[in-house]
Amino acid sequence: MFPVVFYWLGKISGALNRCIVSAFLAGLGMCSAQAAESGDVHLVADIFRPLSRPAEMLLEPTQLVLLVTLGIFLVVVGVLVFVLIQFRPRGPEDHLTEPPQIYGSNNIEMAWTVIPCLVVFVLVLVSARSIVEIQDAPVPENAIHIRLVGHQWWWEIHYPELGITTANEIHIPVSTRNGVQTPTHIQLESADVIHSFWVPQMAGKTDLVPNRINKTWMEPFQVGTFLGNCAEYCGTQHANMLLRVIVHEPKEFQKWVESQKRPTAEPEGALAIQGKKDFFDLSCINCHTVDGTLAKGVFGPDLTKFATRQTLGAGVAPRTPADIRAWLANPDSLKPGCYMPDMKLTPQQLDGLVAYLETLK
Amino acid sequence: MENDILIEDDYRLPDPVRLGDEPGSFTRIIQKIVFTVDHKILGLMYIGSALFFFVIAGLLASLMRIQLMYPNNTFLGPNAFNTSFTMHGTTMVFLVGMPMAFGFANYLVPLMIGARDMAFPRLNAFGFWVFFFGGCLLFFSYLGAPGLYAAGSAPDVGWFAYSPLTARAFSRGHSTDYWTLSLLLGGVGSVATALNVLVTVICCRCKGMTLGRLPIFVWSMLVLSFLVILALPCLSACQIMITLDRYLGAKFFDTQAGGSAVLWQHFFWIFGHPEVYILIMPAFAITSEVIPVFSRKPIFGYPIMVAALVSISFISLGVWAHHMFCVGMTSLENAFFVTSTLLVSIPTGIKIFNWIATMYGGRLRFELPLIFAVGFLFQFLIAGLTGVMLAVAPFDWQLSDSYFVVAHFHYVLIGGLLFTIFSGIYYWYPKAFGRMPNFKLGLWHFVFFTIGFHMTFLPQHFLGFLGMPRRIYTYQADRGWDEWNFVSTIGVLFQAVGILFFVYNLIYSYIRGESAGEDPWDAWTLEWATTSPPPDYNFAEMPVVKSRRPLWDAKHPDDPDWKYE
Repeated sequence: MFPVVFYWLGKISGALNRCIVSAFLAGLGMCSAQAAESGDVHLVADIFRPLSRPAEMLLEPTQLVLLVTLGIFLVVVGVLVFVLIQFRPRGPEDHLTEPPQIYGSNNIEMAWTVIPCLVVFVLVLVSARSIVEIQDAPVPENAIHIRLVGHQWWWEIHYPELGITTANEIHIPVSTRNGVQTPTHIQLESADVIHSFWVPQMAGKTDLVPNRINKTWMEPFQVGTFLGNCAEYCGTQHANMLLRVIVHEPKEFQKWVESQKRPTAEPEGALAIQGKKDFFDLSCINCHTVDGTLAKGVFGPDLTKFATRQTLGAGVAPRTPADIRAWLANPDSLKPGCYMPDMKLTPQQLDGLVAYLETLK
Repeated sequence: MENDILIEDDYRLPDPVRLGDEPGSFTRIIQKIVFTVDHKILGLMYIGSALFFFVIAGLLASLMRIQLMYPNNTFLGPNAFNTSFTMHGTTMVFLVGMPMAFGFANYLVPLMIGARDMAFPRLNAFGFWVFFFGGCLLFFSYLGAPGLYAAGSAPDVGWFAYSPLTARAFSRGHSTDYWTLSLLLGGVGSVATALNVLVTVICCRCKGMTLGRLPIFVWSMLVLSFLVILALPCLSACQIMITLDRYLGAKFFDTQAGGSAVLWQHFFWIFGHPEVYILIMPAFAITSEVIPVFSRKPIFGYPIMVAALVSISFISLGVWAHHMFCVGMTSLENAFFVTSTLLVSIPTGIKIFNWIATMYGGRLRFELPLIFAVGFLFQFLIAGLTGVMLAVAPFDWQLSDSYFVVAHFHYVLIGGLLFTIFSGIYYWYPKAFGRMPNFKLGLWHFVFFTIGFHMTFLPQHFLGFLGMPRRIYTYQADRGWDEWNFVSTIGVLFQAVGILFFVYNLIYSYIRGESAGEDPWDAWTLEWATTSPPPDYNFAEMPVVKSRRPLWDAKHPDDPDWKYE
């Protein structure tokens, strides 16, 4: 009942707010409708340049509250500066007399109680409306579903309907504003401590809380790679728990899905074959899964399609052979304190493992 | 009671007879510090130790800023960085903010209400020493709690220590135990002192000092004490619960065994949000004394100011979950906490308007206390407005746990609280030491500290807009964060120079400062009616007051306040 009333009341003030905000933004030339740069990595995750719902929907109350507070700031600072100048000391004889002693005025107090009350009333309505719109958004039938599990310090990603398991990079299809809309709904869980999902240009934060299921969603309108971070302090390597969302055209997304489901080819070449042998002989398989093999560990990221990813170590380095080698040789050198152990591999073993991992696509 | 106070007086201690024990000698000073139950000495000890811990926590912050100066910097490793921000936050909140408030309350409340000491002088000393040893215990963790990594062993769970990060599975070693135990001690000390302030204000007022005539400073401290007594036991309960979880197999927050991680957040913030208002109360207290005196007018709208204080503290007990908008509450819960949080801004706004109205039509005297108080008004306004932004949950979903939040609460606690602490120290320095603080040095302090403060914390708002989460020890280049982080670090340098001027001023003025006399600022509250520094009993003769400004009445017998109130 309560949210419904707020929803309708808020819709009215929301319409009003849209008029003011768009006039203001047009005036300042701040409109962020930049030309689409498809395929780009959006390095700067500016919350004022959202490229997806619900981040766009967050921007509306954001701009309203920025405008309101800016107005209050200017008025109060204006009055403060006026008072400081007007009533500054004007000479040594100032000390001899006291100014008129004023104890207060109920009318004035009433005025500056009522005005903030009205401002608060409007802000409450607008936020309540936007909260309901975003949090309680209906899930359409064609939505993509993802299960995202936070670990210290990486992201486990499942597509239950598509039968795909991957890590640290979420692939989703783009939506068109007036055409096909395929939002992605994400179920957030945690395997250990609290983490938080934050990809600023996609959606605001939602925490991944152990022993609890949270939900969020994304509906991007632009293709490209978007960066995010874990936003809740989760231990030693919180800083390097990075996440990227890769938005594809619907056809490209289908291609990606097929590539992920295709069985992985057996490695060719002596080096890669030796690498595969080492992978299964050493204890790699205790923590990592490679689908269709004996490797079924779940403590570390699933490596089935490792060679299709952009980064390694939850975004700590690009996935180049040199970085993979450095990572395997000593994970602590790239990500101090992470839970992948230094296996004391020989250079030959490293070469083999790098070659084998490169075949996982 | 009168008898009690007589017995506590340290003049009554047996006279020293041994060599080196004559008054003024080192042993005598130590003896005085350890045995004293005098509210003024305890107050100064509170403020002194708060300043000491402030410098340590400031140094920790500087280390963090050096680490974040460049992307991919390796000045501090992740462990050192994580312990630094945990210790910085814990120290600033529990060992700087609260003791500072209690220091001012201790020193000034009895003087302002015309009492000879606090109601329970021994409890007062107990509160101080428990707090002090709690602080020492926290810092002893650096030596005494070798954790999983031989290096940093201090707590590294963040100052709000979200479970299950504090469970033994994720926090091995004893660092978290040092954190819980020292805060438990601090909690006991704080409740003891708050109780003492409360009883003092209720029971020890001089003749004629009705509640309606209390200086707003005393009102603020009264409200603060209520909040401490309501909020701190929640924290102590939390600490006991973690300890039970860690050592006796309780499962309150053990998510692997069906416990709740969100429960900790509710328990912690139901303490933690009133705590924020506990920290800002001294700012309200000091500003409400400084602005009238240096504007030469009584505070505008005294009853409204008191009502605003009381309603802020009341509403602050019902806003805690605005720290948890991202935790997955229902839309109804989120909307409720948006509403309650925005409501706080109304009485807070009223206070700012009334302070400005007090200056309006006055004759401003730009002495150090007023200069810092004006800085407070400006910065607290910004802090309040960013607070309004964060209260709007949709905005908060983007900015919660980002650098915007870091900027917001540093504008509250440094731009707001610390500026008024400086203002208060300069204002009451002549009362406590009988000498005037040096104006020029104080001005340099203000200039450097203000520039440094804005340079450090203004860019952090923008870092939040650009998606930088808080508590990261490193970041990659090209995310738009490099320049702002660099500017932010340079600001620390200016702040440090400002603090050096401040410390130098305190020492210089103690030795060389002009003699202050009883009432150098021509002020109106009772503490200025006695000598500087006040004698052991504060007042030779118990004062009788007839209005809110007893000294105004004395100075203007032809036009006293009580005719108008």
